[in-house]
Amino acid sequence: MATEAHEEGTGLVFHPLDQFIVKPLFGDGPIHWYTITNATLWMALSVVAIVALFVLGSRGRAIIPTRTQSIGELIYGFTYKMVEDVAGKDAIKFFPYVLTLFMFVLFSNYLGLLPMSFATTSHIAVTAVLAMAVFLTVTIVGFVKNGSKFLGLFWVSSAPLALRPILAVIELISYFVRPVSHSIRLGGNIMAGHAVMKVFAGFAAVAVISPVSVGAISAIYGLEMLVAGVQAYVFTILTCVYLKDALHPGH
Amino acid sequence: MEGDIAQLGQFIGAGLAGIGSGAAAIGVGHVGGNYLAGALRNPSAAASQTATLFIGIAFAEALGIFSFLVALLLMFAV
Repeated sequence: MATEAHEEGTGLVFHPLDQFIVKPLFGDGPIHWYTITNATLWMALSVVAIVALFVLGSRGRAIIPTRTQSIGELIYGFTYKMVEDVAGKDAIKFFPYVLTLFMFVLFSNYLGLLPMSFATTSHIAVTAVLAMAVFLTVTIVGFVKNGSKFLGLFWVSSAPLALRPILAVIELISYFVRPVSHSIRLGGNIMAGHAVMKVFAGFAAVAVISPVSVGAISAIYGLEMLVAGVQAYVFTILTCVYLKDALHPGH
Repeated sequence: MEGDIAQLGQFIGAGLAGIGSGAAAIGVGHVGGNYLAGALRNPSAAASQTATLFIGIAFAEALGIFSFLVALLLMFAV
């Protein structure tokens, strides 16, 4: 995939990963933590879009909902049911957090698909913060709620006694790999999709295969629309699964 | 013909990491195919298992993404 072939002679130049460079919006000085970059802009835009959807949607409170209200209600109900089904009834108090995560990831994914935009969720830095927040929340909630019984998550009581220490090590590793896989799954998927699109866009410069290339870009764009939704869904549902583990440890 | 043996190793390693993507594709196909087989046997139970389906796909896919990441690291970061 994402090979960077510099063939100046033929005019075929691939820079599939250049789209992920974080640049300052104003001027081009060094980037500090307070510098407003294109990543900041697109994250702010997704937050604005979410607030606009929910505020405009819930303003009317009509019996017969408008289109905006229907979309807001659909997303709200969908996420509510997901938390209830996967994490259990007593996880409902985490519903605002889960809805925030879902909306932010969903809107960042879809805004990143606009041409000339910047996919914020393609950066591991963004997704790692989200995943670490989930991991810390789950761990703290688990210990506060269950005390030392939370460690029963690693001590598989249904397994034979001789196997339990080995399983404990495996469970411990898989527990600490969670934030890594949680963040890399989202970031890697979005980054891979955008890089593939850019690779096909590089082929469009050659006149003979440019129709094929344009068709391939359209097809992959359609696939990416699906992937953006599914990855937001997967990120959220895994959060719910981890929350369930924290609230009800033991197998 | 520039470059050295380390760069050769990088490119070969990145290519080998691509095998992981194919293996992940097999895994995702397996999950989806078995879900469909089960769903056609008992369609009434299918709707309640879509969440499990997506979790299974996500776990299978994550490992493929890891290999893609290893390839990227070999190409651009090492």
